[in-house]
Amino acid sequence: MQLNDDPHSPGVRAATDWEYAPAPESAAIGRIRDRYQMFVGGQFVDGNGDDLETENPATAQALSLVSTASPKDVGTAVGHARDALDGSWSRLSGGQRGKYLFRIARGIAERARELAVVETLDNGKPIKESRDVDVPTAAAHFFYHAGWADKLAYAGSGPDPKALGVVGQVIPWNFPLLMAAWKIAPALAAGNTVVIKPAETTPLSILVLAEIIADAELPPGVVNIIPGDGTIGRALVEHPGIDKVAFTGSTEVGKQIQASLAGTGRRLTLELGGKAANIVFDDAPIDQAVEGIVNGIFFNQGHVCCAGSRLLVQESVAQEVIAKLLERISTLRLGDPMDKNTDIGAINSADQLARITSLTATGEQEGAVRWTSPCPVPDRGYFFPPTVFTSVSQSMRIAREEIFGPVLSVLTFRTPDEAIAKANNTPYGLSAGVWTEKGSRILGMAGALRAGVVWANTFNRFDPTAAFGGYKESGFGREGGRSGLAAYLATDDEGAF
Amino acid sequence: MSTAPAQRRATTAALPARLADAARDESSIRGFLHGLPGVDPVGVESRAAALATRSIKAGSKLRAIDLAISMVDLTTLEGSDTPGKVRSLAAKARRPDPLYPEIPAVAAVCVYPDMAGVAAAQLVGSGVGVASVATAFPAGRSSLAVKIAETRLAIDSGATEVDMVIDRGAFLAGDYGKVFDEICAIKQECGTTRLKVILETGELGTYDNVRRASWLALLAGGDFIKTSTGKITPAATLPVVHVMLQAVHDWHGITGQRRAVKPAGGIRNTKDALRYLVAVREVAGPEWLDPFLFRFGASSLLNDLLMQRRTQIEGHYSGPDYVTVD
Repeated sequence: MQLNDDPHSPGVRAATDWEYAPAPESAAIGRIRDRYQMFVGGQFVDGNGDDLETENPATAQALSLVSTASPKDVGTAVGHARDALDGSWSRLSGGQRGKYLFRIARGIAERARELAVVETLDNGKPIKESRDVDVPTAAAHFFYHAGWADKLAYAGSGPDPKALGVVGQVIPWNFPLLMAAWKIAPALAAGNTVVIKPAETTPLSILVLAEIIADAELPPGVVNIIPGDGTIGRALVEHPGIDKVAFTGSTEVGKQIQASLAGTGRRLTLELGGKAANIVFDDAPIDQAVEGIVNGIFFNQGHVCCAGSRLLVQESVAQEVIAKLLERISTLRLGDPMDKNTDIGAINSADQLARITSLTATGEQEGAVRWTSPCPVPDRGYFFPPTVFTSVSQSMRIAREEIFGPVLSVLTFRTPDEAIAKANNTPYGLSAGVWTEKGSRILGMAGALRAGVVWANTFNRFDPTAAFGGYKESGFGREGGRSGLAAYLATDDEGAF
Repeated sequence: MSTAPAQRRATTAALPARLADAARDESSIRGFLHGLPGVDPVGVESRAAALATRSIKAGSKLRAIDLAISMVDLTTLEGSDTPGKVRSLAAKARRPDPLYPEIPAVAAVCVYPDMAGVAAAQLVGSGVGVASVATAFPAGRSSLAVKIAETRLAIDSGATEVDMVIDRGAFLAGDYGKVFDEICAIKQECGTTRLKVILETGELGTYDNVRRASWLALLAGGDFIKTSTGKITPAATLPVVHVMLQAVHDWHGITGQRRAVKPAGGIRNTKDALRYLVAVREVAGPEWLDPFLFRFGASSLLNDLLMQRRTQIEGHYSGPDYVTVD
């Protein structure tokens, strides 16, 4: 057999060292300002809290200052939301509400490039993800819910469903703009008004969204945005003027919120952590399964509540799958999130990096075998190279606790029943993935897995029309689709007296 | 086909036991091909689309353009081909842009067998190969004897590479042994002349079939697996080439041998060519960024590469009148 040692045409050399030149997106497109203000009552105003400094996690340098709310400001914002609800907003027809949502959707699309840059600078996620996933999906949520605003009577929540009232929302730092869209769009479509608190480390993109909302001339007070730390979040969800709380974040905080709201009669939906199983059977499309595993755990640096952080692979193909997986992970490009060719960006904060570092250390202590991608790691900023643990057993912390980083734990199984038992053996239940070419097995697994979302032969796909939410300690309530809309409506069967 | 078992043994003797067993007989070939993992179309298409967003700029783009030029099999496969047409194509192949002599020559000129002699005469000493299609191209609907005779004609006329077509009818009918034996027979006729096996992926219908045909051709000794004749739509597509690049990558993993891939047809501009090079680099591996292991079967692509190259160097676009039409 001829091999590659044959001389080529004279003058022609192989280009095995052909590398991609840096292709950075321009930071100037983000038009980052020196300081941002809160958005309350339709105005950009200073809060009474201390200014907070937000940083670019890729450089660990200050990015901008943001005015924050004091507990008193929370009351003011809730007051504006109540006034807006009692005033013009509730008198608008669904069709008129829908027009505002369409305007916001178009505003996001028009400023998509700016939003993507702001998101990447503030969050650390690669620009290709903010550009191709976060921002377009955020616009899609407003477009989708704009269409529902005048059709609520046909949403399956009774003939004349009503808004719940003033909604308090707290969102995390992993998808700052997208989570804002997930929360605000259905709330407004259903006729509610909103007070929303972004995460402490990622307040910028939602304040650009505030400009889009202001430009759309949404009536003042319908959406109020109050940056701040956890104490402001607590003040918001515990405020007596709130009719419903929607929270996305950690299970620990979710439990506190549920405890503090118990007995108040206020509605609550929680979207919390996860430890999803990505299950690969021996009849899976192996190459695409490898892609799905990579996408499942390394998308957004693994800062995804539904990340496929536990790979369950059938023992008969485990060796082949793991070999292909490690080879594939080695090709992932980690580095400057603003570079269009970067696959894995920065960890959002020093705190999170420390958390990932300490949790992964327990993996080795407990006897798992650690593999780290040989990719170069920048010498500044917060980065963590893709990491895979093999020889993991169910009893290890890395198999049970949410790491929320680019760390995959690999377990094996022998039969479908064992896969189901292991996949369900977790306090969480947000998502799961099934890889097999056998249709009947997909359906059987989907029925047996106790997870809110089960992906078949794909992973981490999000669509506004599909309900998203958890089982068990991953929370309750759904976002997206008709059931997501119902979470913001007083429906007949629950009595809106 | 009385010589078939002997040819099979000759072809597969050097292979690892696992692959030699696969090629033992009709049923073992079938078992092997149907035992390959499936290809999920949604997954492979989204991976191809994601890789297509890689941004290739500046020096890296110029380098890629030169690499792509050196990988072109400059092709004319028309009933109207004349010695004059082939001679002018050969001149272009040796020196693609008269203003920039540092531009590499293309890899080969690809013609019908009766034109191989004309091309060979023009390309003596240039290092540019002469690729000839053979085996009743493009349909492949003839007897094995005719296909072997045509292969012989091409080689005797000076072809340094032979581009054969597989019998898609036999493949789709599940007659894998027939396809396998034909490739073995042509490979034997080729001797040291490199053999490109055209799968005509546009007629195979599924990615699963593309994967099976790729492995079948590799098992039978094809030096290249090539997508298309260029006479059928769709010709080369990125996801199909992903599947084929994965096949040669996996083949290398088992055998240590690097086999080549050639997309052909439908690749008309630089942007497309760069997307293929990105796929080569990230799916097969950087070692495949070599005209020995990757080719573009194309005619109009070369002029777009030349125009884009000028744009990179001169800082502005020129136009189609500034590159030669051959």
